[in-house]
Amino acid sequence: MTGRLLPSVLLPSLLLLGACDDLSMARQKRYDVYRRAELWSDGAEARNPPDGTVQQGALADEAALADPPPVDAALLQRGRERYEAICTPCHGLTGHGDGMIVARGFPRPPSYHEDRLRAAPARYLVDVITNGYGVMYRYANRVEPRDRWAIAAYIRALQLSQGARIAEVPGLAEKIPAEANPEGRP
Amino acid sequence: MAQIFRPGADTLARVVLAGIAVVPVLAVGMATTLWRSPYATAQDVTREQPVPFSHEHHVGGLGIDCRYCHTSVEKAAFAGIPPTETCMSCHSQIWTNAPMLAPVRTSLAEGRPLVWRRVHVLPDYVYFNHAVHVAKGVGCGTCHGAIQTMKLVRQVAPLTMGWCLDCHRNPGPNLRPREAVFDMTWTPPAGQAEQGTRLAAAYHVKSPARLSECSICHR
Repeated sequence: MTGRLLPSVLLPSLLLLGACDDLSMARQKRYDVYRRAELWSDGAEARNPPDGTVQQGALADEAALADPPPVDAALLQRGRERYEAICTPCHGLTGHGDGMIVARGFPRPPSYHEDRLRAAPARYLVDVITNGYGVMYRYANRVEPRDRWAIAAYIRALQLSQGARIAEVPGLAEKIPAEANPEGRP
Repeated sequence: MAQIFRPGADTLARVVLAGIAVVPVLAVGMATTLWRSPYATAQDVTREQPVPFSHEHHVGGLGIDCRYCHTSVEKAAFAGIPPTETCMSCHSQIWTNAPMLAPVRTSLAEGRPLVWRRVHVLPDYVYFNHAVHVAKGVGCGTCHGAIQTMKLVRQVAPLTMGWCLDCHRNPGPNLRPREAVFDMTWTPPAGQAEQGTRLAAAYHVKSPARLSECSICHR
């Protein structure tokens, strides 16, 4: 009886169960992003290109970095979005250098509203984002060239917002009585 | 002539007959239940990591934006796991001697990436792209759940094909304005039904029929 049970029942069952372990489709022999690669000593699938390699799109990036895009509402909006996602942890929402991480002991960055940075050209701000400055790491691999210009434009808007005169804001002077604000600041 | 069947043979025959009817139904039922269960889908499994990075602290507590670390989420299939440099942007200055962060410092010093344990694993025959979901107004929390409350990340969705199709067949309830995609506290407003329809049109979300085609996810 057992002599016949093995080939007729057990063997097909075992074969069927074996199919449960066949992951050849689910785990294919290929390197996906972040997949472990035993072939290389560091175990990572991603390889560092040889020194001197020029990345695809590097020329376009260089051009985008060299030529500031025209400043319009869309660029400022983009700059605000990037600034609030990437820069606020240190620089704070208004650029006073009072971000969340500063409150926790990170060295305080300079305020954008000091004279030196008000006078600095936008390209200087882009260079600092690209290469870092002091304890600030470089953000070249985290912020696209065009976005760096967008952030610089938004920093300009922040600087304007923190130092504007009432007379410079259209329609504001009529709403505020002059004697309530003799210095003319909003 | 001797009896061929013993007295219990009738019972045995009934059990066998009932078994023939019941066993396949039970087996299929158990298999499908097991196949969809957290045991098979790894749903709600919290993974230990080489550094116990807490999204609860960094996102829920400190309010760091998803994109500060997951930089490629808007432009690539992968959201991006941050390089050690991103950790050190802050931790070069704060918690510099914390034993918990020793692997991070070693990683930076030796130039070897940290080896995180993957939490969300899709089979290789599934094509998934973060960028397109984000661009169409699917928020992080829709699939990843309340990441900002997790000390260690776990997978809250079953990630089964049926679960993917639930949304592909009716994306409206899960669409939000693009500016709210990274808002981890977003909840559907009262008029989500109308908003979903409006956003699907505005963001050119393809029709449920197109989104349910095989080649959308299997290519």
